[in-house]
Amino acid sequence: MSFPEISFYFFATVLVLSALGVITSRNPVHSALLLVLAFFTSAGLWLMLGAEFLAITLVLVYVGAVMVLFLFVVMMLDINLDSLREGFWKWFPFGAFLGLVMAAEVSMVLMNKSFGVNQLPVPPLHAADYSNTKELGRLIYTEYVYAFELAAVILLVAMVAAIALTLRRRSGRKFLDPAQQVAVKRKDRVRIVSMPSEKKE
Amino acid sequence: MVYAQQLFGQFFGTEWGMMLFSLTKNLLLIFAIVLPLLLGVAYLTLAERKIIAFMQIRVGPNRVTFFGIPWLAGWGQPIADAVKAMMKEIIVPSRANKFLFVLAPVLTIAPALAAWAVVPFSAEMVLADINAGLLYILAMTSMGVYGVIIAGWASNSKYAFLGTMRTAAQLVSYELAMGFALVCVLMMSQSLNLGDIVKGQQGGSFINWYLIPLFPMFLVYFISGVAETNRAPFDVAEGESEIVAGYHVEYSGMAFTVFYLAEYANMILVAILASIMFLGGWLPPFNIVPFTLIPGFIWLLLKIAFLLFCFLWFRATFPRYRYDQIMRLGWKVFIPITLVWIVLLGGVMQLPSSILGVFPLNLWIH
Repeated sequence: MSFPEISFYFFATVLVLSALGVITSRNPVHSALLLVLAFFTSAGLWLMLGAEFLAITLVLVYVGAVMVLFLFVVMMLDINLDSLREGFWKWFPFGAFLGLVMAAEVSMVLMNKSFGVNQLPVPPLHAADYSNTKELGRLIYTEYVYAFELAAVILLVAMVAAIALTLRRRSGRKFLDPAQQVAVKRKDRVRIVSMPSEKKE
Repeated sequence: MVYAQQLFGQFFGTEWGMMLFSLTKNLLLIFAIVLPLLLGVAYLTLAERKIIAFMQIRVGPNRVTFFGIPWLAGWGQPIADAVKAMMKEIIVPSRANKFLFVLAPVLTIAPALAAWAVVPFSAEMVLADINAGLLYILAMTSMGVYGVIIAGWASNSKYAFLGTMRTAAQLVSYELAMGFALVCVLMMSQSLNLGDIVKGQQGGSFINWYLIPLFPMFLVYFISGVAETNRAPFDVAEGESEIVAGYHVEYSGMAFTVFYLAEYANMILVAILASIMFLGGWLPPFNIVPFTLIPGFIWLLLKIAFLLFCFLWFRATFPRYRYDQIMRLGWKVFIPITLVWIVLLGGVMQLPSSILGVFPLNLWIH
C-alpha cells in the first residue's frame, strides 16, 4: 500500500466514524463538533484529489463560519434528551422511508450506466505551477457567469430577508450615535466660569 | 542532504525510504520554525512588560537573571514564568466536560502554529510553497475560534461562557473585513502565493510596496488583526474588569499558558503577514548599497518588530472599546470601506494599458 492510499483510508475512516458520531452522539455540542471534524476530513480528501481551492474554502466557510454559528446556537439551547426521544418510534417509519428514498436516489446516480464512476474520464495530472484557484475563477467569471451571478443574487436576497425578518423597532430604547459622540467639542460640554475667590470674613 | 537520502533508501527500501526521508526533513524544518517562534513568544511577553512599563514610567521586570549576572536582570523572567506555569496544578472545574476542557487549548494553539507552514521568510526559505497560501492562512486562522468556543462551553462557568460569546461574534465579524482587505492584495499581486505577493512588490524602493496604494486596506487589516488576536483595545473577550478573564477564567497552569502562547503566536503571525503583504516582506526599503547589504531576513524581522511594538503601544494607549462599538466598527465601517476599495481597485485595473503604463500606476500594477 502506498502512502496516498494509506492516507485515503485514514481520512475515509475518520470521515465515516465522525459522520456516524454526529447522528449517534447524545450531546448536541459533541454532534456539532464531530460535524466539524467530518468537514475537516472531507476537506483533506478533496485536497488529495487536487481540488485545493474547494478544500480550503470548505474549511474557511463551513468550518470557520457556518459551524461556529451552529455551535453558538446549539450551546445556548437547553435540550432535554428525554422529550427529544419521546416520539422516536412514532416517527421511525417516516424517517426510515426518507432514508431509503435518499439511498435509492444516490445509488441511481452512482450505478447508472451512463453516469457511473467507470464512465468518468480520468482527471489529467497537472504541472506543479497549475493553480486550481485561477482556473476556477476563470470558469466562474466567463463560462458560468450567469449561473454564478444568479446564485449570488439569491444569496443576497436571502441575506436581506433574514435581516428584514429579525429587524424590529422597539419603542423606548436608548441609542447613541457614535458619530455625534466623536464630534463633541469641549465647549458643548464644559463651561468654564471665572469666579472671584471668596473673601475671608 | 543527498547522503542522508541515500542512507534512508538503504535502510527502508526506495519507496518508504523516500517517504521517511521527506517526513524527517519536514519534521526538522517544522522544529526549526516552531522553536524560534516559541522563544520569540516568550520574549515578546517580556518586551510587552518592559515597553508598557517604560510608557508608564515604571521599570518592569528587573529581578530574574542568569547566573547572577547583573546586566542580564529581567532577561530570565520568561523562563521563570514558564517554569512556574509548568509547576502549577491544572484544576478541572466540577461538572466540566473534561475531554473538551483539555482539548480546547490544543485547538487554540494548533491553528496558530499550523498557519506558519506557508509563511516565507525570504525568497527561498519557506516550508510549504503552495499556490493557495493566502487561502490556507485564512482557513487556519478561522479555525482558532473553536478553541475559544470549546473552552468557554466546557468550563461550565457563566463568565467563561460570556467571554466565549463575545469572542466568537468578534472573531467572525473581523474575519470578514480582514478577508476583504486581503482580496485587494491578491488583486494587485494576482497570486495567492505569499512568496509571489512579495515578489510583486519588488522595485526600486518602498514606494513599490502595497502599503502605498492600499494604505486604507493596511489599516483595516492591521486593526482587524488586533481584534482577531483579542488584544487591547478589542479585548472585551478578556475584559478583566467586566467578566473576570473571559473564556479562560477556569484554566490554570500550563493549560492557561497554552492560551497565552497562542495569543502571542497569533500576534506575531498577524505582524509577519502584514509585513509580507503590505510592507514588502524581506525587501529592503531602498534598493541601494547600504540597505541591500543587510540580509532580507533581518529586514523582515525589523518590520515584524515594528508592528509588534505597535500592538504593545495600542495596549498602553487606548481604553477598551465598548462591545456594540466593536461590532459597529467591524460591520459598518471596515466592511463598507473594503468593498468600496475593491470596486475602485477593480476599476483602476481595467483601465487601458496606456494609462496603466504612466508614472504612478506602473509602480504597482504589472
